[in-house]
Amino acid sequence: MSEALVFRFDVDGEDFTSAGQASVIVKRNLRQLGIDSEIIRRVSIAMYEGEINMVIHAGGGVAEVRVDEECIEIVLEDHGPGIKDIDKAMQEGYSTAPDEIRSLGFGAGMGLPNMKRHTDSLEIFSTVGVGTKIVMKVYNKVAS
Amino acid sequence: MKVKELAQISDFGAITLPEGDRDIEGVYIGDLLSWVMGRARADDAWITIMSNVNVIAVASLSDVSCVIFAEGVMPEDSIVETATKKGINLISTSLSAYGTAVRLSEILK
Repeated sequence: MSEALVFRFDVDGEDFTSAGQASVIVKRNLRQLGIDSEIIRRVSIAMYEGEINMVIHAGGGVAEVRVDEECIEIVLEDHGPGIKDIDKAMQEGYSTAPDEIRSLGFGAGMGLPNMKRHTDSLEIFSTVGVGTKIVMKVYNKVAS
Repeated sequence: MKVKELAQISDFGAITLPEGDRDIEGVYIGDLLSWVMGRARADDAWITIMSNVNVIAVASLSDVSCVIFAEGVMPEDSIVETATKKGINLISTSLSAYGTAVRLSEILK
């Protein structure tokens, strides 16, 4: 694995039930690359939360996963409403998701905290009315 | 204990067991999917009353050994089909989530 591998996905904002497909494909691809299973678990959970967020709040977006020897980087970009108060959004239990989303078992205010918990770094770039970009990194223990 | 062995015990029944040889190493109870993803550990048996298709994705991503639907909840056929395709074991019980946990605590000793 000398060059970085890049997987790119369009996340469909209309279809809540298919959200998670990109994460499942990433999980399978990482497994084929022989990545450690706990690393795969962390990457796929963080990415799934990101996908769900893009579907709930932003009408979809683009997810890109770069894999090299040192690190797995997940970049999520959308043109949704942006995050007004990032500090609040990072608090467990804080959510602006609508009720119908809660009835499906989401909207518990755990999305961003889960993404932080499962990654080694999380950066959020968000402008209200323009969109949000999230960059997460998980370092590959096997290579270190 | 293997998932397929649990499905043989009274109070429990197999809905689909595409990977019945997986071991159960612990238990997690929850219906809020993000909580489950954040807290459940790989190889846990996950007890829930949620039965929508997102449960299958969460089970797959968090790598639990099986989903146990408590309170007699039965997922729709299309969800069972998805679980079978994705290698997610599904078990049913008429016990409550608490009753299921108590029973598992006895069995997994």
